[in-house]
Amino acid sequence: MNIVVLVKQVPDSGADRNLRSDDNTVDRGSANNVINEMDEYAIEEALKIKEAHGGEVTILTMGPDRATESIRKALSMGPDKAVHVVDDALHGSCAVATSKVLAAALGQLGADLVICGAESTDGRVQVMPHMIAERLGVAALTGARKLTVDGSTLTVERQTEEGYEVVTASTPAVVSVWDTINEPRYPSFKGIMAAKKKPVQALSLGDLGVAPTEVGFDGATSAVLEHTKRPPRSGGEKITDEGEGGVKLVEFLATEKFV
Amino acid sequence: MSEVLVVVEATREFGVKKVTLEMLTLARELGTPSAVVLGGAGAAEALSAKLGEYGAEKIYAAEGEEIDGYLVAPKATVVAELVKRVQPAAVLLASSQEGKEIAARLAVKLDNGILTDVVGLAADGTATQVAFAGSTIVKSKVTKGLPLVTVRPNSINPAPDAATPAVEQLAVSVADADKLAKVVERVAEQKGSRPELTEASVVVSGGRGVGNADNFKLVEELADLLGGAVGASRAAVDSGFYPHQFQVGQTGKTVSPQLYVALGISGAIQHRAGMQTSKTIVAVNKDAEAPIFELADFGVVGDLFKVVPQAAEEIRKRK
Repeated sequence: MNIVVLVKQVPDSGADRNLRSDDNTVDRGSANNVINEMDEYAIEEALKIKEAHGGEVTILTMGPDRATESIRKALSMGPDKAVHVVDDALHGSCAVATSKVLAAALGQLGADLVICGAESTDGRVQVMPHMIAERLGVAALTGARKLTVDGSTLTVERQTEEGYEVVTASTPAVVSVWDTINEPRYPSFKGIMAAKKKPVQALSLGDLGVAPTEVGFDGATSAVLEHTKRPPRSGGEKITDEGEGGVKLVEFLATEKFV
Repeated sequence: MSEVLVVVEATREFGVKKVTLEMLTLARELGTPSAVVLGGAGAAEALSAKLGEYGAEKIYAAEGEEIDGYLVAPKATVVAELVKRVQPAAVLLASSQEGKEIAARLAVKLDNGILTDVVGLAADGTATQVAFAGSTIVKSKVTKGLPLVTVRPNSINPAPDAATPAVEQLAVSVADADKLAKVVERVAEQKGSRPELTEASVVVSGGRGVGNADNFKLVEELADLLGGAVGASRAAVDSGFYPHQFQVGQTGKTVSPQLYVALGISGAIQHRAGMQTSKTIVAVNKDAEAPIFELADFGVVGDLFKVVPQAAEEIRKRK
């Protein structure tokens, strides 16, 4: 099975993150940039499927030059190769345009199965799997906590608010995974060394047949007008329990009319 | 005034969800609200009274196995056709998994911009969003097409404004291309009478400090006394204390209740991502240096196994 895993480089969610003051895009320059955490689960799932059923695992990333670091990191877990869509004109692209570019790249790669994380930690928008599936005319099985592959039939178990549902589709399909699906492996030393030699193909917008006016700020379907830092919350009263902590807590809740 | 389409979120068990009432309230500011019910046979009938109570002037219903038996593709097609026909002033959906997914397909079908996790929308289409774990407030706008936005639960105060909606049944004929992801089984899990986590006005969450799954009874007890939902930090979920669907924070749910109670939660940035826009935050933690106290309007440094039972007892006394 030919599997493509979508990997996004994001600013580390464990540190302070900002939008740029000049163009309102995510400030990647000052951030510690890492693989979107949920994507590691997608890579792990792809590798497990390859181990069980054979095939090839390709990483697909759209991002600036510095995303190469995350691509090598992803390859060190075990995928075979990577495709990096990189083009200066992409800066400022909205989700709709991003899906157009990724769908064009996926069209060239001819994947049986596309796996991605359920959301990225920067935007948390969760729209990419369905946008891509809509463009490619294939099924999208989203938010998987379990994925079973039987020939060309995919079965996914997904959490819902009322319980869970079991959903099936045939390949080709897009599957997004939640972090409950598996435990991603750590790259081995051998894997890290091997990753340095794995092929990473760079594709430009020209290679994909997408016009620069369809992406970036020119092609954006939405715009950030302004952004402000929310003033940090300041801690209020802090008491140390000396036997009355529970009562005092309720007294506070009562003054705020919660009790 | 133009119609504003509100795609209804509802559950079989509890009917119309609060976020739908928030969207209807918001829609009244922007135009004439029309609710769109997408579900099994008879879904609109069951929901119409509530939708009318909050100002739906019209209900469009697309019902049946063809709509309900697949993941969102058929629903998106129905809404896209409706948008082309009625040319609404805006389309509002819930910022839930399904709402975002329908919106995603709509955006591609209509070549239209999309804004998610919106907490406010002005008449000129300017949306307010909260980004980066609640640390940044963003003003944004759809610049191509109509405002297509998903609204985050607990963003708007729902206010009733009675109307008598006319129901229009939409003809449903779903193409094979929209039937690729078939739901073969739906399993309901018992969740009792607690409110849904993202919609609850009170959330009581437990963290690593709760110690084990059994001790979560303490968290549940306090939640029940306050009429709230139960949440859990990632550390508690990863340790197997509580199921994943109750996880608050990065890789879990985002909540914005009136009151958030953090028990035995240190307050790592990934947890704060999911709760720091809560109105009032209180915390109990034995570590006086825990970062959660930087957010808490009221904090108790102490043993939660002493503080929480005493608080529960005190609430009972006052009832």
